[in-house]
Amino acid sequence: MNAIIELFNYDFFQKAFLATVFASISCGIIGSYIVARRIVFISGGITHASFGGIGLAFLLGFNPLLGAVLFAVLAAMGIQVFTKIAEIREDSSIAIWWSLGMALGIIFVFMTPGYTPNLMSYLFGNILTVTSSELWWMFMLNVVIVSFFTLFLRQILYIAFDEEYARTAGLPVNLFNYLIMTLIALTVVLNIRVVGIILILSLLTIPQASANLFTKDFKRLIVLSSVFAFLGTMIGLFISYFLDIPSGAAIIFTLVVMFGVLRGVKALL
Amino acid sequence: MEPLVKIENLTCGYDKVPVLENVSLEVNECDFLGVIGPNGGGKTTLLKAILGLVKPMKGKIKFGYDLQGRKKPIGYLPQVRHIDKKFPITVFDVVLSGSIMTGNNRPKAEERKKAEALLAEMGILDIRHKAIGELSGGQMQRVFLCRALLSDPKLLILDEPDTFVDNRFEGELYEKLRALNKEIAIILVSHDVGTISSYVKTIACVNNSLHYHPSNIITQEQLEGYNCPIQVITHGEIPHTVLKYHQH
Repeated sequence: MNAIIELFNYDFFQKAFLATVFASISCGIIGSYIVARRIVFISGGITHASFGGIGLAFLLGFNPLLGAVLFAVLAAMGIQVFTKIAEIREDSSIAIWWSLGMALGIIFVFMTPGYTPNLMSYLFGNILTVTSSELWWMFMLNVVIVSFFTLFLRQILYIAFDEEYARTAGLPVNLFNYLIMTLIALTVVLNIRVVGIILILSLLTIPQASANLFTKDFKRLIVLSSVFAFLGTMIGLFISYFLDIPSGAAIIFTLVVMFGVLRGVKALL
Repeated sequence: MEPLVKIENLTCGYDKVPVLENVSLEVNECDFLGVIGPNGGGKTTLLKAILGLVKPMKGKIKFGYDLQGRKKPIGYLPQVRHIDKKFPITVFDVVLSGSIMTGNNRPKAEERKKAEALLAEMGILDIRHKAIGELSGGQMQRVFLCRALLSDPKLLILDEPDTFVDNRFEGELYEKLRALNKEIAIILVSHDVGTISSYVKTIACVNNSLHYHPSNIITQEQLEGYNCPIQVITHGEIPHTVLKYHQH
């Protein structure tokens, strides 16, 4: 126990702790929405496509997160265009953007002269190396998401549940859909440093699956998902630190084990 | 008295393929219109056009004073088969989603009271905290009816409210609608012509085109005249329906 308390004296661990809090809240909220609307696969496509932007940023020497945002938004729009205008099936459009983004990322990184040491931390995440400026961005994202969902929870919920009915009631359905798609892209990108591109889907789905065991109320689902995301990430972080294994993978593993235990607990109740 | 809804020479459909062509219809206050016709004939499309979910390709839809700019709402009960039964939402929230929102995020006290009263009236107040997916078909239809009624609509549009419903509830539902009809105009789509005929006041046959029957009795002659490929309905000692051969 003392070893754990001592950890909080370190600057890198304080930052990791804050990153955990921010990631849990943003992923808890956005993930609940993604799961409820069954758009997990789209979110996966956007996430992976953002790797192309990270590669481009390495090649041209600008902030990788900026590149990631650019590609995430591009992919979100590209999927819509492919599906609606080019009339490609939606799941195929998603897969095309998913793999195209990854491919571009690999090409750009390959073309970048010299060694690119940070690459692995974008793919698999390293919460222990989060910087202050990244924390600021995460904090601001949290402020935006929490305010948006607090102010418009009913509208968001009603549109997600029955888009057509929401339209008949005169709600600005398209506006809400675009805003939330943007928030999904930003959430994914800003949380890449915590668990990485390849693993971020887990923070958006596993805590929600655990929470869904205990509640079917959207508001409670959001709160409970955030709590489970926080617990899983913290425990995973300690495991990663004390066993000296990669943090992203340790966090996912913990989240899955937690789901298994909670499922068992629920069966006993 | 101006009509609540006046449809003039409406043509509409999806992806530039018209489902309804050159349709005209008037809905007046306290009408109870049954819409019948074969699957794919455009019954739901007609409802969606009135609700503004499908844009007209030709022709127009005019609304009476109360419905202009939705001063008074249109209550809508969609086909339940399109509802995601695993969606994490409670019965009470579904009913509350029937209110017209003007930026207010927390449901007002009177909205909650109204929702509770409606649920109680339908006999399902005790399940208001359940998830929508835990309900039976009949319970779900009642919930969606509560949602449609929450904001005191002037016009109620129901798309096959008798699917997934047991006979007992079907009877209750139609009695309920008959009571509501004293103040609200109702448009009801049904595949069960036999049941609706004794409750509705007028009938529209929709099969790409629309034929209006200003009574709830459709005779063989009328059908021949309009070329409506639907069932014949008459009232007699024993309620009965005669099926006509389909021509396509």
